[in-house]
Amino acid sequence: MGALVSRDLKLAVRAGGGFGLGVAFFLILVSMVSFGVGPQGDLLSRISTGMLWVGAILSCLLSLDRIFALDWEDGSLELLATSPLPLELVVLAKALVHWLTTGLPLVFASPIFGALLNLEGPGYIAIAFSLLVGTPALSMIGAFGAALTVGIKRGGLLLSLLVLPFYVPTLIFGALMARTGANGSDYTSYLLLLSGITCGTIALLPFAAAAVLKINLR
Amino acid sequence: MSLNVSDLSISRGGVKVLEGMGFTTIPGQAVIFRGPNGIGKTTLLRTLAGLQPVLGGRIEVDPENLVYSGHLDGLKAMLSVGENLAFWASVYGNRDITEAVKAFELNKLLERLAGTLSAGQKRRTSLARFPVSGRSIWIADEPTVSLDSKAANMFKRCVEQHLELGGMAIIATHVDIGLPAAIEIDLSLHKPGVEKMRKIHEV
Repeated sequence: MGALVSRDLKLAVRAGGGFGLGVAFFLILVSMVSFGVGPQGDLLSRISTGMLWVGAILSCLLSLDRIFALDWEDGSLELLATSPLPLELVVLAKALVHWLTTGLPLVFASPIFGALLNLEGPGYIAIAFSLLVGTPALSMIGAFGAALTVGIKRGGLLLSLLVLPFYVPTLIFGALMARTGANGSDYTSYLLLLSGITCGTIALLPFAAAAVLKINLR
Repeated sequence: MSLNVSDLSISRGGVKVLEGMGFTTIPGQAVIFRGPNGIGKTTLLRTLAGLQPVLGGRIEVDPENLVYSGHLDGLKAMLSVGENLAFWASVYGNRDITEAVKAFELNKLLERLAGTLSAGQKRRTSLARFPVSGRSIWIADEPTVSLDSKAANMFKRCVEQHLELGGMAIIATHVDIGLPAAIEIDLSLHKPGVEKMRKIHEV
């Protein structure tokens, strides 16, 4: 599994790998929101945590179809499926690399972009913390969606339609946690719910995604 | 450590393509499948590799011994030849790729990105996965496509060496690879219905 993670990380940072695309998209989205809403500081700071979370979800979505599609096209997915690596671990490795290249950069970028949206003082840590806990679930659910649509030509739109409804619980509790934090209140209960979602997806979805991949590889 | 297939029938896209397949491979032996396009060579190899479910019959083999290579090369364009091979070596729990590099004369290409190689060079790199895997049963689908005669000969020598060491090879091909001792199976004899027709004729 380590070999697959390091290979995919290497591929992500080389030309055409898509590393940093998510953060760039996030930046554009956030600045467009502040342009769109205009110079209304208190309105912006009220919607900032929600906008940051929606932005994070959309940037995550941007690179989901690459998770399996590239390996499918060049035949490596078939070879991986017949290799000693269990497909469940392949899925886990792919989701991990997606998180490292998309979700984790967003965690570090969110406080900086929060400034663009006039985020309240205590919100900076809360938004980064909520993204750190919540984005692994986004990558894992996304990997499951990518496994479902692998092999479908131009299945990117279908993938988005499939995955976005499943992102709603993560969005609700993630944004709630960040907003509560920004108001200076205690967000432990939302943190626990959000970690529950993340742990649940990591525990269950690799098996579901591997089963789906096996069917799609037939 | 052998491959045992009995009364196997397989389907592609819901249509039965082969039935009544049976053969046994023992260490040191190669099996070559022949037959026209669409007869089910690829489907059969994919079924043996465990990618497709069987329709009927049995395949007795330890999946831990298999290594499969399909029509596509499975190379990452943005990784060098050496990195591609080293990745597969570590997936299969090996460290050493020098033997495979020597067998397919890849030493001059090791630093080159796989995306910049010619079709034949890509094929050679892809075939080098077989010795890199360290597995005993090689399943190869049209391995010599886009290889020149020199490179096809490299593959032949590599398979011969593998067989000498007690390995096995199962190959589907249209061209003569040059393994005189191999068992050749003509898949058109296993088309659904052919068996029944022959019995009627005998009666």
